[in-house]
Amino acid sequence: MILIINLCRERLHYYEFVKPIEDILKQGGFEFESLHYSELDKEVLARCNKVIICGTSLKDEEFVEDLDSFSWLKDFEKPVFGICAGMQILGMVFGGRLKKNLEIGFFHENFEREFLGISGEVEVYHLHNNYVEFGKGFDIFSEKNFVQAVKLRGKEFYGVLFHPEVRNKKMILRFCEDGTD
Amino acid sequence: MKKKVAVLFSGGKDSCLVAWIAQKEGYELGCLVSIVSKNKESFMFHVPSIGKVRMQAEVMRLPLILKESEGVKEEELEDLENAILDARDRFGVEGVVTGAVGSVYQASRVQKICNRLGLECFNPLWQENQIELLKDLVAENFEVVVVGVAAYPLDEKFLGRVIDERFIEEMKGLREKFDINPAGEGGEFESFVLNCPLFRKGLEVNGFEDFGEENSWRRELEIK
Repeated sequence: MILIINLCRERLHYYEFVKPIEDILKQGGFEFESLHYSELDKEVLARCNKVIICGTSLKDEEFVEDLDSFSWLKDFEKPVFGICAGMQILGMVFGGRLKKNLEIGFFHENFEREFLGISGEVEVYHLHNNYVEFGKGFDIFSEKNFVQAVKLRGKEFYGVLFHPEVRNKKMILRFCEDGTD
Repeated sequence: MKKKVAVLFSGGKDSCLVAWIAQKEGYELGCLVSIVSKNKESFMFHVPSIGKVRMQAEVMRLPLILKESEGVKEEELEDLENAILDARDRFGVEGVVTGAVGSVYQASRVQKICNRLGLECFNPLWQENQIELLKDLVAENFEVVVVGVAAYPLDEKFLGRVIDERFIEEMKGLREKFDINPAGEGGEFESFVLNCPLFRKGLEVNGFEDFGEENSWRRELEIK
């Protein structure tokens, strides 16, 4: 089972940031459960095989105030894919610093090495107010002004600043398949 | 307390459906915001039958902010921003709900406007499967008719079609054969909602006039 973690403060944002991920997993035939981060417990973290942490809206930074709710990531050994705000959480939990920068719309990002099935120049959809200055321990796969895609060394923790559910759906499917590395 | 939102409202199926979803999720609909574009080819706004949104707002018992725009690309965004500003200042809305499904052009521009105005932006149909969207309309008892077409092989005969199970099956076929977006996301067709769970009573078509040629038609409805 893949656990989809909803970060959204607003109920209505579920449709925009969580449901598209659910639809991709449904189409790919993957079993999943979706939970708001405030509802997480040890049992569900033990039961899942992988975790996707979804993004949220530009104005929603509640997750930053609730960073303690994600301390379980430090000892978690299963694969995790952080999308936008999800990536920011991975960065902050492992020593990074949150910085401000607004990007909205299509951008081209370059992947010099393959990352979850994509490489070269790709079009991505950005919707973020923040980015992360990553601490040591992360391998950077794409960077233009600031980091776009990372993997934590020694764990299968991936993060992207953009929203792959819009134009790069195969990254999500690739993550969900067995043997991500 | 319920969060008050404005709905970007064209009178078509997507904007009515998102208004309904927002209400079901516990948001208060503060007002509708409609832009009447003089440019029939507007990239941002659905044009056919938009004058009829006044009657829809009436049966929804919601205030309507209706602004005219020359429809010049990018300048029409200023008209939209002014209308949203009006919604924020007059009705105290804290967020804007849009019917964007897949258009990054539309969605990203509204996101930027909301960000500048300090408002939440909600896109409840974002990336929604278009067949599922049509099925939701039928399941939720929306009465929707086609009021514009702009893609081969859709023609004058398609005007007035009701979105029902038969329509959905036909759109599946058109998608396979002609790569038509089944819910008209690429502008292949435009719709008008005659009734939905938000309407106090349904609207009736008293008459209509069709304008166009070949695969580009619009229907002006006379509503009572």
